[in-house]
Amino acid sequence: MTAPVAADAQVDAQVVVENLVKRFGDFVAVDHASFRIGHGEIMGFLGPNGAGKSTIIRILCGLLRPSAGRVSVAGIDVARDPELVRQRIGYMSQKFSLYRDLTVEENLRFFGGIYRVPRGELAERMRFAIDMAGLGGREKTLVGTLAGGWQQRLALGCAVLHRPPILFLDEPTSGVEPKSRRRFWDLIHALAADGVTVLVSTHYMDEAEYCHRAALINQGRIIATGSPDALKHTALGGELLLIECEALGPALAALRQQAPGVIDASVFGNAIHVLVRDADRGIDELPAYLERRALPPIRIERINPSLEDVFVQLIAADAAKRRQAA
Amino acid sequence: MFARIIPMVIKEFLQLRRDKAARFLLVVPPILQMLLFGYAATFEVYHVSTAVLDLDHSQESRDLIARFTSNGRFNVMKLARSQRGIDKAIDSSEATVAIVVHAGFAELLRKGQGAPLQVIVDGTNSNTALIALGYINTIAAGFAQDYVTDLMQRVGQETRPLQVTLEQWPWFNPDLNGRWFFVPGVIGTLTLVLIVNLTAFAIVREREVGTLEQIMVSPIRPAEFILGKTVPFFLVGLGEVALVVAVGLLWFRIPFVGNPFVLLFGTALFLLSSLAVGLLISTVCSTQQQAFSTNFFILSPFFILSGFAFPIASMPQVLQWFTFVNPLRYYLVVIRATLLKGVGIDVLWPDFVAMAILALLLLTLSILRFRKTLE
Repeated sequence: MTAPVAADAQVDAQVVVENLVKRFGDFVAVDHASFRIGHGEIMGFLGPNGAGKSTIIRILCGLLRPSAGRVSVAGIDVARDPELVRQRIGYMSQKFSLYRDLTVEENLRFFGGIYRVPRGELAERMRFAIDMAGLGGREKTLVGTLAGGWQQRLALGCAVLHRPPILFLDEPTSGVEPKSRRRFWDLIHALAADGVTVLVSTHYMDEAEYCHRAALINQGRIIATGSPDALKHTALGGELLLIECEALGPALAALRQQAPGVIDASVFGNAIHVLVRDADRGIDELPAYLERRALPPIRIERINPSLEDVFVQLIAADAAKRRQAA
Repeated sequence: MFARIIPMVIKEFLQLRRDKAARFLLVVPPILQMLLFGYAATFEVYHVSTAVLDLDHSQESRDLIARFTSNGRFNVMKLARSQRGIDKAIDSSEATVAIVVHAGFAELLRKGQGAPLQVIVDGTNSNTALIALGYINTIAAGFAQDYVTDLMQRVGQETRPLQVTLEQWPWFNPDLNGRWFFVPGVIGTLTLVLIVNLTAFAIVREREVGTLEQIMVSPIRPAEFILGKTVPFFLVGLGEVALVVAVGLLWFRIPFVGNPFVLLFGTALFLLSSLAVGLLISTVCSTQQQAFSTNFFILSPFFILSGFAFPIASMPQVLQWFTFVNPLRYYLVVIRATLLKGVGIDVLWPDFVAMAILALLLLTLSILRFRKTLE
């Protein structure tokens, strides 16, 4: 094979996306997105609703055609041979898409048949999916009557029935209660440990912590990619301080004006998160700066940024960059 | 090659088994409609509301009017006393037909001259009017014939007037029972409506619910998916036809003189072509609402341009061409011919071939139209 994939650093990249663009009429849903996902890696897509996460996943499944760019899955060009790709992937759509009027067992048997899971293996694979979903003893229950968490786990079981090496999960935990979400992520990790490559989208920022790598997506653009730690420590371009203050509004305005060493400030709950070039200097200088303006801080301390901080900061920076370009 | 059809068929039947509403809709309405339409669909004219004005008051005029009152075809609703009463009866639709015997009717007859009889017909429903006029003609002619014969006997003339009598012996339906013509038509029409409705929603529903997206990312081939939808509805359709044909034979006593296997073969081709129409609608539409409107738009012309009631040969040429893509057109020929005439494939083969071509063409089109993308 002379494909350029082999020459790249990530030799075993299972998903390669280069300069992907998707337009719906005048609307640009995906704007020059590029990323790779390695073998056995869990890649998280983070972003608000409508950011373009589902569109990218649907393109990877061959459900939508890219307007421009190159997409390859398991080394196969999706545009050229979507059918071959479909044999290697498992997919969970954002909307629950098993048959509600069929039982657990009937759904599994149907999808097993559609994927042509060999007869001798089917019983064992169904057992695996049922155990994984924790649905033992409920094989004859109509899927429509199961609670959300069970339904999502069963959908995952259906998606891996044919042992796909790559999984695309589109917001699999949305609308599911926190305990079930946690359990769902455990399943994803177990699959990844077996070598399955997983791309999973979510709008719960905290879930990014469960991913090996996360891509932050906003308005169709990937604005940052990296491990959760790397994102928190490098993507911000500074360090984070938490300041508590009586009058939040005036303090925020003051910090945004000409406070020494401050890159940006934003309100988080009943405190202000301040991005500074150097945390130690900030702790030294900022209380005096605020006191001079009759806004004495109640508390000032260095904090570890959450991914939400990173995301808010990056979106603001991205918007500013776009305004400048325009 | 088509190994994925079997799980599709099993799935469809499981879903049908769970769907209580569908199970009801497949059995009860077809039987009820069959019974209702079997009685309602007829061109025969009975109980025509009639108004009578007798200005002659003779024995002859009374005799003539009695022939109308004693005839089941006419219902004399009103004995008018003036021309105005007749006009009112027709205007208000109280009467469809008015018969006026003018003064001097009997006198003219006795002189051996022709006597006019005035008939007023509400031509709004031209068909009923024409048929009623035919009956009136027959009654009047019968009256005249009897009067002449009676007169000659009384005058003592031996030689009878020259007569031409029509010996009617209609083939296949000796009593010219309209029901024999219409009940097979109702069977075909009901089946078409049912099958197209069933299949038109078959794919759209999955699209709306979201299950189609899961199917699309699987390696199933469009042909496997479409045929997986075809087989269950084909079997359901066979059951439906058996049900409504049974009602036709047992309740309406329609004869079945032909070969059941010829009918079965024709029914199979008809079902395939009709469900191909439905599946094509389902692949083209993106919502059930759209499918519903499209069905309505398609089924009405299929019904009107089928020869169910209106002879295709009497239609303008352009419309006759349109009937060639109408599976019902061929099936009505087949079902009437097998039930009433008992003819075989040697006669019906052109209709069989036409339905086979339609089915093949439309199914291929559905398979080509079914894309495994969301665009």
